[in-house]
Amino acid sequence: MADVAAPAYRIIPIIPALKPGAMEGKGPFVANEKINEAIGFPGKMAENWQETHDAVIAKMGELLSKYRSLKVYMDACVHCGACSDKCHYFIGTQDPKNMPVARQDLMRSVYRRYFTLPGKLFPKLVGARDLTREVLDEWYNYFNQCSECRRCSVFCPYGIDTAEVTMAAREILDSVGYGQKYSNEIIGKVHRIGNNLGLPGPALQDTLEGLEEDVKDATGIDIRFPMDVKGAEVLLITPSADFFAEPHIDSLIGYAKVFHATGTSWTLSSMASEAGNFGMFIGNYEQLRKIALRIREAALELGVKRIVVGECGHAWRVAYSFWNTLTGVGDGADANDRFAQMLQKQLDHRYKQPTHICEFTWDMIQDERLSFDKSKNDKHIITFHDSCNVARGSRMGDFAGGQFEIPRNIIKAVANNYVEMRDGTTREQTFCCGGGGGLLTDDLIDLRVKGALPRMEVLQETVDVHGVNFMATICAICKAQFTKVMPIYGFDRRMVGGVHQLVSNAIILGDK
Amino acid sequence: MANIEVGGNSYETDEEGYLVNLSDWNSDIANYIAGTENIEMNDQHWEVINFLREYFEEYQIAPAVRVLTKAIGKKLGADKGNSEYLYGLFPYGPGKQACKIAGLPKPTGCV
Repeated sequence: MADVAAPAYRIIPIIPALKPGAMEGKGPFVANEKINEAIGFPGKMAENWQETHDAVIAKMGELLSKYRSLKVYMDACVHCGACSDKCHYFIGTQDPKNMPVARQDLMRSVYRRYFTLPGKLFPKLVGARDLTREVLDEWYNYFNQCSECRRCSVFCPYGIDTAEVTMAAREILDSVGYGQKYSNEIIGKVHRIGNNLGLPGPALQDTLEGLEEDVKDATGIDIRFPMDVKGAEVLLITPSADFFAEPHIDSLIGYAKVFHATGTSWTLSSMASEAGNFGMFIGNYEQLRKIALRIREAALELGVKRIVVGECGHAWRVAYSFWNTLTGVGDGADANDRFAQMLQKQLDHRYKQPTHICEFTWDMIQDERLSFDKSKNDKHIITFHDSCNVARGSRMGDFAGGQFEIPRNIIKAVANNYVEMRDGTTREQTFCCGGGGGLLTDDLIDLRVKGALPRMEVLQETVDVHGVNFMATICAICKAQFTKVMPIYGFDRRMVGGVHQLVSNAIILGDK
Repeated sequence: MANIEVGGNSYETDEEGYLVNLSDWNSDIANYIAGTENIEMNDQHWEVINFLREYFEEYQIAPAVRVLTKAIGKKLGADKGNSEYLYGLFPYGPGKQACKIAGLPKPTGCV
């Protein structure tokens, strides 16, 4: 017995005091008729409430029959409370309706009233309620306070995925003309112009030429940023923010240097100049597919052998988990889908299809085809923020947890100073940045700041203990969100950046 | 949708105060919008706004932050060709705030 010691006390998670109604409101801006109609949604809600009521219930019935998972999620919850303090929006806002279980119950209560016998007979006894305009407004407000990050589902003993409930709710709202401006406007831009920003081909060309000049000035080496090059081996699909915003663009430079240093022929596409796919955020399969098909079209047109995806969280989830059946990138193309079959034959299956840029770079590092001067990153003490959709919606490499290890391995290969943030807030339990899932819009800035709180607290701790001054991440939304909210928490906005920004700093390209 | 009143005329803006009709824009409107953003326009601000409008005229989109910093650096000297200088002028972020004052559409997406 002498050697037995009690384990150290853990720091008990502090359950936030409840502030009922703290985040009541109208939610983000509602999409107008023009925005909705441009993507084939009803322009606005019907004047007559009964019409909307019936349409909502009908759509809900359709989704319940189409998505077995949704029905299971509606039925399975026993209100055990395991999820209740796991949502960053609940922790940050203290509004009990941001507890994942409460968010689900916004829909579950309506489900019980219209789709279960006890709810039809004794609604009050089983927490069932009629669908009213007020209920629908509450849906709009609170289902636009979920970033679909799935942290809660990691803790749910039944595996209930609140993200899917949120997606279903948004799909229903869109089907009755009650969609969100930010996401729907962006989807329209992708269909019309090819990317979320609305960056037309000539502007993209000009930006890339400017980058070639900049990199030449900085390194003395001609690094190309090719666009629409037929016969290139690799098609790079990356978030359009990588062409436009800081710090995103520094990672784009990093990808280009990796391709250059490894002698890989690659190209961007003016038609498919967007990795992001907001169709997933609004839970709409048709939009999701239509956006993804631009990539297939570009890949076929350019005759590429590999498709590599840049640093974008939800894009990687869509690419890794859905591109195979949506487009034929990877296995699983429909036998009757001629173009998917064609693409599947065209791609070189000795490589992963699609490949994440981190997988690409890590493979090259392991093959000793890249070398680095790690001291170039010595000014940084680095930590890594796992992005939710990569962490919980995808994988990398050939082993479980590759999506956690590979980005970290790259950082350690290019820099000397790396530390982790507190356990329980990284890897599969990572906190969302607070801006994911279609919430990265200025009209939700209050929510975004509060939703970032759990990550900021843990980052502050790591700064205090280890002197961290750089938080790397592999998601365009994380980068934009942190750049905006970190100064509010007293951090320098340049403290956040991409993994390939660090690669770019340290990579050895030859003599200057 | 909302409206702003400038110089006795009414102009349509979206919910966030961006001009709906780009052709409505004039320097009075720019000054007015800048006021709503707590910015007092001076020559440095105008250099940026004018460049944004020229670039938009050619490319139908606002320039990337890097394109903007480079252009400003060439025009005003290397010490000003960086995003710190631009954030100093437009604290909410040069991308969005300067576009709003220049009467250009808001950049959307993960920016």
